[in-house]
Amino acid sequence: MSEANKNAAVNDYIIRMINLNKWYGDFHVLKDINLDVKQGERIVICGPSGSGKSTLIRCINHLEEHQKGQIVIEGEELTGDIKHLEKVRTNVGMCFQHFNLFPHLTIMDNLTLAPIWVRKTPKAEAEATAMKYLERVKIPDQADKFPGQLSGGQQQRVAIARSLCMNPKVMLFDEPTSALDPEMISEVLDVMVELAEEGGMTMLCVTHEMGFAKQVADRVIFMDAGQIIEENTPDEFFNNPQSERTQLFLSQIIH
Amino acid sequence: MYVTDKILPAQPAPSDTKGPVVWLKENLFSSPLNILMTLFAVYLIYLLVPPAIQWAFIDADWFAATRDGCSREGACWAYIANRFGQTIYGFYPEAEQWRVNTAFLMLIVLCIPLFINSFPKKMWLGGFILIIFPFIAFFLIHGGSFGLVEVSTDKWGGLMLTLIISIIGITLALPLGIILALGRRSHMPIVKSVSVLFIEFWRGVPLITVLFMSSVMLPLFMPEGSDFDKLARAMIGIILFQSAYVAEVVRGGLQAIPKGQYEAAVAMGLTYWKSMFLVILPQALKLVIPGLVNTFIALFKDTTLVLIIGLFDLLGVVQNVLGADSKWLGFETEGYVYAAFVFWLFCFGMSRYSMALERKLHTGHKR
Repeated sequence: MSEANKNAAVNDYIIRMINLNKWYGDFHVLKDINLDVKQGERIVICGPSGSGKSTLIRCINHLEEHQKGQIVIEGEELTGDIKHLEKVRTNVGMCFQHFNLFPHLTIMDNLTLAPIWVRKTPKAEAEATAMKYLERVKIPDQADKFPGQLSGGQQQRVAIARSLCMNPKVMLFDEPTSALDPEMISEVLDVMVELAEEGGMTMLCVTHEMGFAKQVADRVIFMDAGQIIEENTPDEFFNNPQSERTQLFLSQIIH
Repeated sequence: MYVTDKILPAQPAPSDTKGPVVWLKENLFSSPLNILMTLFAVYLIYLLVPPAIQWAFIDADWFAATRDGCSREGACWAYIANRFGQTIYGFYPEAEQWRVNTAFLMLIVLCIPLFINSFPKKMWLGGFILIIFPFIAFFLIHGGSFGLVEVSTDKWGGLMLTLIISIIGITLALPLGIILALGRRSHMPIVKSVSVLFIEFWRGVPLITVLFMSSVMLPLFMPEGSDFDKLARAMIGIILFQSAYVAEVVRGGLQAIPKGQYEAAVAMGLTYWKSMFLVILPQALKLVIPGLVNTFIALFKDTTLVLIIGLFDLLGVVQNVLGADSKWLGFETEGYVYAAFVFWLFCFGMSRYSMALERKLHTGHKR
């Protein structure tokens, strides 16, 4: 982290993690994580499996509870307070590895559920917004189908649209392409790249897609064994990795 | 190396893989043991079915004013026809039976729109049926106000009583069971232990004991002179008892829903209750429709146990009222066959409805 960043006003950071620690039972998954994310920043988090990268972003919307340290979102610390948590969650969208669309609802109902029940948006308005985002992810014609009738790539694009319908300030992506068939990865990545290049959206993305990282990330974070090992611009990270662990990791995934 | 540009067209399946003959061959005559069992089954049917049809239809007497009108060859359905009213209404005064009919007719008419997909404002209609209608039905059937003669619950009986107990039992045991199932999976220790205790207690006692306690023991603990309706006490017992079973069935469904569904729901800012009612329960309940209907069918049949506390449901009337009539002695078989047929009709109806519901709610996803 550069000096300039450190000295920037605290409100510039939409997410701050300060000495974050988490245990699963006796297993120490996150060790002293310090990470500040600026508004609009696009961060890619990578690392071997079990390194705690998913856990890290799941802590941000409190799907996982941390035991030590602080997470501050828009200047307010994340505690167990359920009201504050629900407010944070409406501003933080999340895409899961397995999409987690609601199979009993149509695509349209998947997209309008939260706007209607959380934001109290009128149905017609919510549907118009939903249609707009379905067009953006290029599947407006699937609105009346059920998730089970869509391909994996389409489902993940719906999931992204579903999050965007809540008009979040932050988007978390938890390995969004890992469960997809190879030929469907690019359609999802294209949507993510578009979203990133549009600007304004803070994105934290756990992924193994290094092409995506090179193309859009402002920063790449490499994690191993619950720690942040290295953090750099994509250029530096890929061309000039500092730590031995990073070098090994990169040599294993880039052929 | 091999390359082709030609896409092969799909061809019809070979003809020897379908058709009734193939079906027979595969299912009934596929092995010596199977052939033997098929022949045995056919023999059994031959042994049982023709005499049953002979008794129930061909030799049966349908119309007769007294028992002498019935030849003793076949079934005497005249006996049932003569006492039909009593099997439906119990001791409910004949002049007032239109009130029962009106109430049930109202319920049926109110429920019809619920089965029409495009009907608007179903929520309101459902709410009306669940919250307002029971009061209307009670005033109609029980009376005692608005110029209607009071017909106390000890006069209720027959199929009407069976249906009242089952309908109220099912509509109240289901929500209570759902709450208990959610409670049992709660992370709050008190909520959880109360739910577990409740469920395990009610599952651990036989229904007969519950009914007996509610009618004989409970009044002993209540203040002198307090008179709590016997039917209401039995109803409460049945509801609490069945809700424990419903809870365990629903819990099975809740456990089958992947954690990701709940995470996705709360990650969008839905509260616990909203994510349960909008996301988790619709899926979980759909999964456990067979189990729920099982429980409801059991509840429907268990209503016959109210006989031991002196309430006469359909079976009770057939067995103890009709059976004790000296003018029509000797027709117990007809009575039981009739009661069995009515019970079967309702249970089979529930079972078919549940299957239709499963098909309707299927949304093309496999799990």
